[in-house]
Amino acid sequence: MSDIDTQRRQFLKTSAGAAAIAIAPGMMLYQTAQGDTQAASSTVRWGMLVDTAQCKEGCNDCVNACNKENGLSGKTGTTDSQWIRKIEIKDVSSGRALSLPMMCQHCEHPPCVDVCPTQASFKRADGIVLVDRHLCIGCRYCMMACPYKARSFVHETLTDQNPDVPRGKGTVEACSLCVHRIDKGQIPACAEACQNKAILFGDLNDANSEIYKKVRSVASVQIRADLQLNPGVRYQGL
Amino acid sequence: MADLSKLYSMNRLYYVLLAIGGLVVLGGAYAVHMMEHHGHIISGMNNQIVWGMPHVFAIFLIVAASGVLNVASIGSVFGKAVYKARAPLASLLSIAMLAGGLAVLMLDLGRPDRIIVAATNYNVTSVFAWNVVLYSGMFSLVIVYLWTMMERRMNPFNKAAGLAVFVWRFVLTTGTGLIFAFLTARQAYGSALLPPMFIVLSFAWGLAVFHVVQKVIYAWNDKTLDPAILQRTKNLLGVFVVGSLYMVATYHFTNMYFAHQTGFELFILRDGGVYPNLFWWGYVVLGNVLPLLLIYFPGLGKTKCVMVASLLVVLGAFALLYVFIIGGQAYPLSIFPGYEVSSSFADGQVASYAPSIYEFLLGLGGLGIAFLITTVSVRVLNFMPQDKPYISD
Repeated sequence: MSDIDTQRRQFLKTSAGAAAIAIAPGMMLYQTAQGDTQAASSTVRWGMLVDTAQCKEGCNDCVNACNKENGLSGKTGTTDSQWIRKIEIKDVSSGRALSLPMMCQHCEHPPCVDVCPTQASFKRADGIVLVDRHLCIGCRYCMMACPYKARSFVHETLTDQNPDVPRGKGTVEACSLCVHRIDKGQIPACAEACQNKAILFGDLNDANSEIYKKVRSVASVQIRADLQLNPGVRYQGL
Repeated sequence: MADLSKLYSMNRLYYVLLAIGGLVVLGGAYAVHMMEHHGHIISGMNNQIVWGMPHVFAIFLIVAASGVLNVASIGSVFGKAVYKARAPLASLLSIAMLAGGLAVLMLDLGRPDRIIVAATNYNVTSVFAWNVVLYSGMFSLVIVYLWTMMERRMNPFNKAAGLAVFVWRFVLTTGTGLIFAFLTARQAYGSALLPPMFIVLSFAWGLAVFHVVQKVIYAWNDKTLDPAILQRTKNLLGVFVVGSLYMVATYHFTNMYFAHQTGFELFILRDGGVYPNLFWWGYVVLGNVLPLLLIYFPGLGKTKCVMVASLLVVLGAFALLYVFIIGGQAYPLSIFPGYEVSSSFADGQVASYAPSIYEFLLGLGGLGIAFLITTVSVRVLNFMPQDKPYISD
C-alpha cells in the first residue's frame, strides 16, 4: 500500500469519527426532546363522568388544581384564562340547585376544529381536543363556535409558565384534559384533586374501565346533546 | 392665470388629503404595534366579547366592497349604459374597501405575523379558510375586470369578466354571512337567513358609499351629475334600503317565532340598553327611515339629500353591525337551557364591552387604506364616469 493510500484511509477514519462525535449529542438531544414518540391510539376515547350530586357548591378544588397544573394565574377578570370553572345552576321551574365543573367537553365532532382556518384546533386520535400553539393565528373563531365557552384567549404577555404546558400571547387555549399527565399514565389534575370523587376519568372504550361500566349503569347526559357533538364529558344527576 | 392658480390649489388639496389619509393609516399602524406589544389586553375585547370594534369596521368594508360592485354588474351583466359608465369607479372602490377591510381583519389577529399559516395549513371545513380564497379571488377577479375595461385590447373579455365578478361577489357575501350562520350554538347567529341578509345589506351599503364618492369626484372635477342619472341611482338606493330593512325584520321575526330565541330578541330589541338604542335609533331611524324620507319625500331627493341619505345609510350600517356582532356576543350563551346559571366566567350574565381607542384607530386605519387607494387611483387613472349625451336605456 502506498503512503498516500494509508494517509487517505487515516483521513477518512478521522473524519468519520469526528462526524459521529459531532452528531451524537444532537441525536440524543433530539430523542430527549421528542419524548415518548408512541402515537395516541384511536381505540381509546378519553372521557369524564361528573357526578353533580358529589360536586359541592363553593368548592373550587378542581379549578385550583387546574390552575396550578397548567400555570394559570387563577384570576377571574374578563381577560383572564379559565380552563375549568364552577357553574352554579338552578332549575327555573323546580328550583333545584346544582354546582358543577365546566371545561372543554372534548367533543367527537368539535365545532372549534371545524371552524379553525389553520388546523390549529385539532382532535387527537384518543379524543382529546387541543390547540397547536404554533399554528394558532389568534382569530378567535373557535371561541365563537364553542357551545360551552370552554376557550380563552391569551390577552397579555405570560410569565412563569409551566414547562410541560407551553402557552402563548395572542393564541387561544383550553382544557387539554391534562394531556401531558395522561401521556405519563396519570389522570387529569382536576379529577385527582376532587375530594368527593365527583370527577371520574377514564377510557370510554375500555370495557374493563370504571367509567365504561358506570356510564352504562347510571343515568348521565351530555350538555347541549341537541347539537349532536357527542362530548366526551358526561354529567350525572343533571 | 386664474385657472392655473385653481390647479395649484387643487394640487395642494390633493396632497393635504393624502397627508390626512396617511395620518389615519399611521394611527392604525400605531394601534397594531401597541396591540402586538401589549396583547389584546389594551383592547376592549375579552373572553366573552371576542370580536369587537375592528370587526365592525372590517365587516362593513368587506360587505360594502362586494355591494358596490352591484353598480358594475348592472352595467356589465344587465347592459345598462348609465351603470356601465360607472363600473370602473365601482371596481376601484371594491378593491380599496376590500384591502382596507382585510387589513383590519388580519391585523386584529392575536398572531398577525403567522398569517401565512392560513395558506400553508388550510382547513377545508372552515368558513374562514373558504373566505381566504373568496377574498383573494375577488381581488384578482376585480383587477382583471378593471383591466378588461381600461385596456382597449381587453374589451372583448369585459362581459365574461363582469359575469365572473357578478357570480363571485354573491358567493363572497354568502361566505361572509356563513361565518355567522354556522355558529349554531349562539342565539344571535346560526340562521340560514344571514347570507341572503348580508347580500341585500351589501347592495344598500355599497351603493351608499358609491354615491358619496361619486359626488366628491364630480365636485373635484367641477362637474355636475345629470339629474336623470341621480334620480335613477337614488331610487335604486331606496329600493335597496327597503330590501335590507325587510331582511333584518325577517331575521328578527323568525327569531321571535322560535320560543327559545325570545329572550335574545327582547334583549336586542327592548331590554339590552345600548343595543336596542343603537338598533332603533341608529339603524332603523337614522339608517333607514330618514334616508327613505330624504330619497322619496316630495320636494326632496336632490343631490344634497341623496348625499346625506347615503351617509346616513353608512352610519346605520355601523349601528347594525355593532348590535349584530357585539350585542350578539353580549347576550349570555345558553349552555343549560331552562336553568338559571352563574359562574366566574360570566355565565348567565350580559357581557360587558367598552371599545378602546386602539380598536377605533385600527378600524379607522382600514378606512384610511381604502381612502388612500381611492384618492391616489382617481388621481393617476381615469375613473371619472363618462356618460353619453343620450341615455338609451
